[in-house]
This record gives sequence, structure tokens and C-alpha cells, in this order.
Amino acid sequence: MTSRRLGIDRSPGYGVDRDAEHSFTLDGEAHTGLSGDTVASAMVAAGELPCGPSLYLGRARGIMGAGVEEPNALLHVEPRSPGHAAESMLPATTVELVDGLRASWLQGLGRLDETPDGALYDHTRVHTDVLVVGAGPAGIAAASQAAASGARTMLLDEQPAPGGSLLSSRGERIESTDAVAWARRTVDDARTAAEFTYLPRTTAVGSYDANYVVAVENRTDHLPASERPGVSRQRVWHIRAAEVILAAGAHERPLMFADDDRPGIMLAEAVRTYLNRYAALAGEQIVVATTNDSVYSLLEDLAEAGAPPVAVVDSRPEATPRAAAVLEATGVRGIFDAVVTGSDGDGDAGRLTAVTVHRLDRDDVPVGSVETLSADLLAVSGGHSPVVHLHSQRQGGIAWDDVLAAFVPSAPVARQQTVGAMAGTWSLSRALRTGAEAGRRAAEACGFRAEGADSPSDSPQTRDPLADGPRADLDYGPVRALWLIGAPDAQDPAEWSTHFVDMQRDQTVADALRAVGAGMRSVEHVKRYTSISTANDQGRTSAVNTVGLLATVLGAGHPGQVGTTTYRAPYTPVPFAALAGRRRGELFEPARITNIHSWHADHGAVFEDVGQWKRPRYYPRTGEDMETAVLRECAAARGSVGFQDVSTLGKIEIRGTDTGRLLDRIYTGVFSKLRVGRGRYGLMCTPDGMIFDDGVTLRIADDRYLMTTTTGGAATVLDWLEEWHQTEWPELDVAFTSVTEQWSTVAVVGPKSREVISRIAPELDVSNEAFGFMAFRETTLRNGVPARICRVSFSGELAFEVNVANFCGLATWELIAEAGAPFDITPYGTEAMHVLRAEKGLIIVGQDTDGTVTPQDAGMGWAVSTTEDFIGRRSHSRPDTARQDRKHLVGVLPADGRTLLPEGAQLVGAQTPITPEEGPVPMLGHVTSSYRSAALGRPFGLAMVWDGRNRIGEVVRSPVDGRLVDVELTSPVHFDPEGTRRDG
Amino acid sequence: MTADQTTADQASAPPADLRRSPAAHLTEQMRAGDVDGPRGVRLREIPFAVQLGIRAEPGAPSGRAAAEAWGVGLPAGPRAGETVTGDPEGRHVIWISPDEFLAVEPSGLAGLIDVRGIEGALDGMPGQIVDLSGNRTILELTGPSARSVLEKGCHVDLHPRAFPAGAAASTLLGPVQAIVHRTREDVFRILPRASFADYTVRWLLDGMAEFAGEELIR
Amino acid sequence: MLLITCPHCGPRDEVEFHYGGQAHVAYPEDPQALDDAAWAHFLFYRDNPAGAFAERWQHSAGCRKWFDVVRDTVTYEFLTPEGGSR
Repeated sequence: MTSRRLGIDRSPGYGVDRDAEHSFTLDGEAHTGLSGDTVASAMVAAGELPCGPSLYLGRARGIMGAGVEEPNALLHVEPRSPGHAAESMLPATTVELVDGLRASWLQGLGRLDETPDGALYDHTRVHTDVLVVGAGPAGIAAASQAAASGARTMLLDEQPAPGGSLLSSRGERIESTDAVAWARRTVDDARTAAEFTYLPRTTAVGSYDANYVVAVENRTDHLPASERPGVSRQRVWHIRAAEVILAAGAHERPLMFADDDRPGIMLAEAVRTYLNRYAALAGEQIVVATTNDSVYSLLEDLAEAGAPPVAVVDSRPEATPRAAAVLEATGVRGIFDAVVTGSDGDGDAGRLTAVTVHRLDRDDVPVGSVETLSADLLAVSGGHSPVVHLHSQRQGGIAWDDVLAAFVPSAPVARQQTVGAMAGTWSLSRALRTGAEAGRRAAEACGFRAEGADSPSDSPQTRDPLADGPRADLDYGPVRALWLIGAPDAQDPAEWSTHFVDMQRDQTVADALRAVGAGMRSVEHVKRYTSISTANDQGRTSAVNTVGLLATVLGAGHPGQVGTTTYRAPYTPVPFAALAGRRRGELFEPARITNIHSWHADHGAVFEDVGQWKRPRYYPRTGEDMETAVLRECAAARGSVGFQDVSTLGKIEIRGTDTGRLLDRIYTGVFSKLRVGRGRYGLMCTPDGMIFDDGVTLRIADDRYLMTTTTGGAATVLDWLEEWHQTEWPELDVAFTSVTEQWSTVAVVGPKSREVISRIAPELDVSNEAFGFMAFRETTLRNGVPARICRVSFSGELAFEVNVANFCGLATWELIAEAGAPFDITPYGTEAMHVLRAEKGLIIVGQDTDGTVTPQDAGMGWAVSTTEDFIGRRSHSRPDTARQDRKHLVGVLPADGRTLLPEGAQLVGAQTPITPEEGPVPMLGHVTSSYRSAALGRPFGLAMVWDGRNRIGEVVRSPVDGRLVDVELTSPVHFDPEGTRRDG
Repeated sequence: MTADQTTADQASAPPADLRRSPAAHLTEQMRAGDVDGPRGVRLREIPFAVQLGIRAEPGAPSGRAAAEAWGVGLPAGPRAGETVTGDPEGRHVIWISPDEFLAVEPSGLAGLIDVRGIEGALDGMPGQIVDLSGNRTILELTGPSARSVLEKGCHVDLHPRAFPAGAAASTLLGPVQAIVHRTREDVFRILPRASFADYTVRWLLDGMAEFAGEELIR
Repeated sequence: MLLITCPHCGPRDEVEFHYGGQAHVAYPEDPQALDDAAWAHFLFYRDNPAGAFAERWQHSAGCRKWFDVVRDTVTYEFLTPEGGSR
């Protein structure tokens, strides 16, 4: 191993601190690198290009890129701090080196760390006037102009330092200073503006409607491991921008030839990045292969570093002026009208030892005799592909540019601009000028004007940050693109099984040709048939090459006629943990709690999620399981008295002279004739006639009602009322206000409930004569708390509901507990409530109904008016709805008196054969509710059964735990069908 | 709360010591979450504020009657750049919609306000005035980092240019619907529904934690 | 995340809104007067154009008002100036 790290005399080393060394381990071996290195650049500096072998074929591979385009060099990185998770499939070219980093090479496949990731991830939502993506020269120029105008400006860049392509350069000068220093200074200057935000290590991964851009910021991985309470490792930024400027740069494409995948074959731009940014020379015997002028800057830089290449193999017929000048100045041999057709390698690692070169004929076919050049590094440039991802995600048009041999943005996105290499602008001075113009335009569109920029933004500006180095105006030169390069003795592309197109997916030209042979023509189909571009590099080095070779094979005029696959977010992989952000653990979902919650928790309640609410399900005593506890709670409510926190029920205050009229339309029953001081149960249907919600509504005054809804339906019903009022019946004098949380409500249920209420409400006459069923009274409780007490029952028992101001809920609950103590008052939860109501055949909307059940199906025709035209009524006479043999709500009793039917269990006719030979089994219906009953002394349930009411008495069967159980169909009312208990 | 209370409408004012505010159980955690200094932020509950829901149009007789009963005019709304009227430390009104408002008195003088009387101001008129004092609670987030904490989940633009002191908006804070009212540059009131107060406090405390440490240098 | 301009509150994020489907589908004045086919048409049939579409939204997390907009279902752009109308 030889160090290929260069001294300051041979490389500017813009990205590294030569005085700060870091130690790390890779595959268990100790290595060192410099602060600012990536794992890849440290390995390049160590002279070690090989990485993990290829995914399927196990071929030796090496570091090929220097950024997110890297297809080969994938790492598994061990947890960076205790409690963090290991990460896989990270390109080594993007992993910043920190002291103590432990990593290993992967063979194209990650290993999921199954331990929960204890690292912190969070989100933030910001709004800005101007968002600039990419801190290369164009992006910096744009952001600087926008920030100077006073507009809120954000500049995002995936790299740790500003500069973009400048970091890979040397000798560039802007405004008479070193270009990288200019980048840093310009960003620093902008940061003095109050409204400028620069986010390094931040990748814009998705661009959505109306300039909503999502970016992921790496915040702590580059820092020494340390406890940082509350500080997220990664932050997901949700940015809403009035104006977006995309300056995302371009990625280089490799060349496809036989054995184009050896360690030592590297993108030319990556070689230049390692040379200038990381002060690392990737090889010593270097051959450069190109289709364009871009590599000639690399030639100059290599020569200046004392490592001039052996030769340049250039596909173009003759040297461009730029090429000629560089070749003359450096003395490097130029081989024109030529192409690399193959490579040789050495040893297990297969590192490149030589390349073969042929001349090209006019049809891009290699001809003549081979020339072999010894090389340990082949720097390739097949052209550049602008990073159009974010532009294309917004349906921005892209088109093939034959001069650049690239897909470039062609049709703009509203309130977006593209600048720099991304827009196909190659020269530095033009990138700076167009960037600055874009920045000014964006600021002006937001109503801001840069200081000194009085003239319109399209006129020349003296403040343009003009590049003034010798290469400032270089262009890309003509390109002779190469898509299908065989060799004189290998002319059939279908046999080119070592011409790798997608390194990460191990897919070759032969594979692509096989897709075409199978009839694929669309690039989308070829992509899916071959899996090209589907790895986590998303085809950054392979996608356009695939399009190019398809265009050639299919005889399309140019790649634009084939088109690209669809660009989708995210641009680079995002950890799911980052997407989840803080929505984990107790912050995953809001847990809504009532004022009485702490009492439930203190008394050992087991909670159930009902929507977002935490409701006590049951209160087990020592040694009790759920079944025992629920039987005890039910027995208490039927035998003496129980109480339940029902604060979660939705409550809506409705006021106005037309309230009765509105309710007659909303409910299936009549509410306009309800007497003041009384309540009534009501069902709501949707226009298709199906049950939508239910509850009791009280008439508080002539023009004032209090509606209750199901716990889960509270918000929906309020929206429902608003919708009908706002959109259909604005003429009605009604107003609605949700008061769900204004009230705490306690149900006191059972034969002894009247005595409990009389003790807590001494001013109230609770006799049945004075306070009948479905009446309510306003009173003041013994503790001075004002209350509204209603006589409603969801159990068939004598029952009261006590409503008090929300924040008096706990005190009132405790008052009731104390008053009920002589009767052994028992708190009960949702499970007992379900049993009690099911024993009475009362439905739970959403459990016994599912949006396909009419009131008539549920046996609740009694709640349906025959005179009022309520919502859904018309549907009740539709032929299918009016059928008499629809599914009906019935009761079910397991014949053995012991088996608890699972909810959801299917019911089958007694004579129906259930064998594979007989085929599908016709279902009669299914169990919707099923419980053990203390009152009945057996399990029971409710079910929806075809023509159920006409089958009552019939015995059907249900499969339970692999056996068939006989089930009797009964009336849904299992308990006290005469209703004798309601009044105590 | 004794002498004052005798003047109050007894029917609408429960005894103070029987009340428990929605975030009372998190008082200690909120104190422990205090961050001082230039990155400071702190969270407190303002419990038992009087809140009345008003459904009325400002220009209509019921809107005028409601405003008169409360003693503060109804705000004209975001289009007119007026989302709050009155004194944020005393009686004020927050705009919810063109015909919906929240009248608030945060100073804990519940017993002094004749809520029932105000509710009756619309007799014979359309609209609605409803006591909502228990419906939402008020959480006050104060300090230079308050905006950054809220930005971890608030969907409206909290930049002073878009949301200056004196502005309010009904929006989402993380997954919670809430009213956000900026009373001063560094003071935000968050009004979640009572049942969401527990989650909202935990969410805010979580977002505050990072400001106790050093700022990361970018 | 669409940016939807509420006619009352101004531009807000899509998450604050409920989608209400096609606009201008009035509830029939007298449902009983409709035959089964006409009623079924009202219940179950809605347009689904590629292009301009009049649709309803409710600012559910904000002012809770319903409003109509015209939106291009291909580009997702709101074509109604200043968002919606009541």
C-alpha cells in the first residue's frame, strides 16, 4: 500500500485538513484519513480502489465515483453511538470520515440492523421567498443576489462546504480570488443577512406541488460522538418556497465496453475530485477516455500535480482547439477517432493493468488493429447528465440536447428556474452570470430588489461575480457520444455480457438486448425487465446510457426519441427513521385523554384505543383477567351500580330557529317535535341510506339542542352538519359549536343509580315520576359543581349521565365514587359497556354496521320517520335497499353454551358442505359482536345474516379454531326484552 | 378565589379547588424543560381562561350584540390583516372564520365574568354564544427559540413578516389541530383542545430539548 | 403537498383541508320525485376528467368553510384565481 496523498505543492486539497488525521476501520483493518475525507477518498489516498464485489456475479469492483452517483462502493456502517442502529448501503463516497468510524464493504446488498434506532430524527417546516438547491458557482451566485435583496433565502447543498464543482477544480478564479475561497466568502457574506439560511450536508430529495421541497440534513454524523440531548442526527426540512432555483449540477456518465467494471476504472470527474479536493491521486499510470472536452481540465491538473496521463483516447475525429492546446502544453499523447474496447486486470482484486484501444470507423464501429496501453487507472467520460430529478419530479419538461449529448430542462416549472450545469450551462462565467440573474429575478418576483440593482435584471450588471481565470469561458466542446462499443471480433451486442451498464444491478448490454429481444421497446419496460436503474443509486450512471444504447438498437434518431424513465422522489435514499421523525413512541400519535384519566390509570385500568382516545377497557383487580373483570363489572351494573367515563362522546351545541327543521333532515327520526327538557335517540344516514352515526339529542330550549355523537364520529358529524348547512341549506337559521371537550360526562348505571344520583344532587327530585326516562335536569351537585343530568341508558338499566364542566370531571367522578361506595359502585370500561348494550341488542355504529347497513337492516325501522324527508330516505326505496332478504341484525347463541365466537367469524348453513371438492362455501353472514354474559350465564353475540330475521330459530354453523360450532340465530335482544329495568 | 367569587354567577362558576386543568399534571415537567439564555424557551399552561365560542357575522346585529356583550369588537379576519382584537392579557377575540370567533380572557378571572349573561346576549337573534372555557386550554411558549420549536410541526408561516405579534391562526401543530396566537415577538399561545393538551405539552417539551445544548455550527 | 388558497384564510398546506369531490352536484330539491335511475345517478356518478375540474374543499383544520375551486387534475394547478369561492 502506497500513500497517494499529495502535498500542498501538488494539490490544493480544498476539502481536507492535512493537519487533522482520523482513524477508522474498514473490514476490521485500521486505516487513517484526513478530516474532510470520505471513506472513499481516504481509501483512494491509501491506494486502495477495490470495494465489495458485485451483487450477483461477484466481480471485483472499485470506487468509481466521488459522490452520490457511486454505484459500487457501498458500506455497512456500525452504530456511531450507543443505542444507534447500523446503516447499510451507504455509498463510501458520501460517508464523511470521523474518528473511530467502523465500516465494512458490502456486496451490493444491505443488512438491516434489527435493533431499534435510538438516534433522534426530527422535522421542521419553513417558508421562504427563494430556495436555491445546490451551492455550486451558479447556486451561490443566485443565493447571494437573492439574499442581498432582503428576500428570505435558503441555500441547500449536499456537501459539507460550498463550492460544488469548484471544490473539484484548481486554478479557477472568481472576482480575482481563488474560486473556492470566493465560494466560502460569498456564502459567509450572505449569512450576515438576517434572512439567509445556508444548509450544508442537506440534500433536497423531493420536489412537490407549489414549490414544496423536502430536504434531509445530516446534522451530527461528521461530529465527534457525544451526548447531545434533543439534537437530531438528521432533520427533514419541509420547505415551501415562493421561488425555486435549481442548481443541482450534472453527473458524469461512464463508457460501456468489454470489462468496463474493473477496479481502476473511474469517472474522470471523480479522478479530478480526488486529485484536487482530497489531494489523492487515484492512479499512477493513467489513461483517459472521453467523448468530449471536459477531461482536458483533468489533464492539466494531473500534469500540474506531476502525474500526467499516458494518453487520452478521444472518440472525436480530431482534436478540438481546447484539446490541442492542452495536449501541446502537457505533452500528453492524444489518440483521436479512437475508443477503449476492453480492459485487463490482475490478481484477486482484478485491478486494472491495461486497456485496449481501437480506431473507430464512421459508424462508431471499432476497426483495425488493437493497441494495448498499460494503465492502473482509466478515467472515463461518456458525457454528462444534468441532475434534472427535482425539475422532472414537478413535470418540468426535459429534452435531448444533441450538442451536449444530454437531457436538459426544456420547459420550465412555474416559479422555478434552472441554472448552471443542470441547465446545460458549462462555462463557469456563464454559470455565474445566469445564476446571479436567476437570483435577482426570483427576489424581484417576491417583491425584493437587490441593492444597486435598479436596472431590469436582464441587463448586464457590474456586480456580476465574473470568473476571471484562464478557463472561465471554456465550453463543453462537441461530443461524439458512444453507446454501443464492441470490438472488431465482437460485433453482436447480444453477446456483450461484460459490457456493464448498471454496475449495482450487474446488468450488461447483453441483458438490455435480451429485454429488447423479448419485445420491450419502452425504456420503462426495459428498466423493469432488466432492473437497470432500480438499485439505490437509481441509475445515476446507467439510466442515460441505457437510453442511448436503446436508441441505437431501436434505430431511433437520438436518445430523446426513446425518452427517460420517470424521475421520482427521493433523489437519494432517506432512512425511514428520518421520515418518521419524532412520531415514534409516545409522540407517534396523539393520545387524547379525559379529565378523569389519572383516576383510571391510578386504579389499574387497562386502556383501549378508540380513535385517538385512551378509554379504560376494564379495571382488573388482583388476579383477574379481562374475562373475569368484565363479568364482574357487568354484574355490578346489572345488580347494583356501575359508573363509566363517557366524556369522549361527541357533543355539538346547535342553536337557531331552524334547528328542529335541520335535525329532521339529518336524523331519520323527528326532532322538531321534541319537547324542551327531553332527549331522543336518533340515527343518521348518508344519502345512500346507510347508517352513519347515532346518539341522543336533547332539546335545551326552543331554538337550542345538544346533540351527542359516537366517540369516533364527533368530528365527522360536526363536519357533516356544517357541510349540509353551508352547501345545501344556507338559508336555515342554525349554528353549530363542538362542545365535546367542554363537558366531562359520567354514566351512572344500575338499579342503585337513582340512590347515587340523589346523594350527589340533593336538590334534584330523582323519582321516576319527576325525572322520567329521556328527561334531563340542570342542577348543582353537592360539591357546588353545576351539572346537567340526563336519564339515558345504553344498557337497559336505570341510568343517568352527569355532565359537568370539563375541568370538574375528576372531582365529580370522585364524588360519585364516594356516594356510591355503600353500594359497592364499580367502575367499568368499554368492554363491559359493549356487553351490556349487546345484551340489549343495541348497535355500535362501525362495529355492528359497516356503511352497508340501513336502519331497517339493523331492525331499527322504529327510528325512521315515515313522513319527514331525511337524508337517505330516498335510498330506502331503491330496489336493492328495499329487498326483504338483505343482511339483518340478529342475535347468535353458540349451541354448546360455552364457545365464545370470534368477532368476524363467518356463519355457514347447517347443511352446507365444507370440503375442497365442493368448492367455495356460501356464507350466510358474520358475527359482529361477541361476548361472555354474566346476565345470560353464557356467551352470546350479534351478527349480520342474509335474510336473518326470517331465519330466527335456525341453527347454523361457524368455524372456530378448526372445528364447526352450532350457532342458534335469535332475536338481537338477549336480555330483558320487555324493558322492565329501565325505570328502576 | 373567595371574595371575588361571591360576585360571580354561581351557576356557571364551579368551586376553584375542584377544578383540574388539562395540563396540570405536567406542571413539573414544563418547569424542568425551561431553557434560559439567548436560545431560551419555556412552556407554561394558562389554566382556566374564560373562553366563549361566538357564531355570528361581525356586521350583523348578532355580531354587534356579541361584541357589545363581550366588550371587544370582532376581528375582520386574515384578508383584512386582523385576526385578533382586544388586549391579549385581558379580554380579546380570536378570528376563527367569517362567522366564528373565540372570545378569551386569560387572566383567571373566571368568577368575575357573567358567562351566562353574555350567552344570553343573542336572545331573539340568530347565531350562538357558547361557554367553551373547558374546551381548549392555553399553553404559552416563550423565548427566542419559541418559533423554532413551533416550526417543528406548525404548518403556517411563523415568520414575523407573515405572522407578526397580534396574529392568530387555526392550523395544525404536528398532528394536533390548534389555534396559534402570537401575542408578542417571542410569545406564542397554543390552544389545543383539552384532550390534546397532554400530547401537545409532550410534543413541545420534546421540541424544546435541543435548545438546552450548544447550537450546532453549520 | 398542494398549496390551497382558502378564500377566508389565504394559502395553506393541503393537510389542513378535506377533499369534497366534484362541485356543483346539488342535492336534489325533491329526492322522492326522482326515479331510481336518476337518484342512483346522483348518488354514484361523478366526473373524472383529465384537466380542469370543479371540485370542493373544506378548510377543516382552519375556518371549516367549504369552497369550490377549479383544478387541473393533470398538473394539479389551481385555475381559480385567488383560490376558491364560497
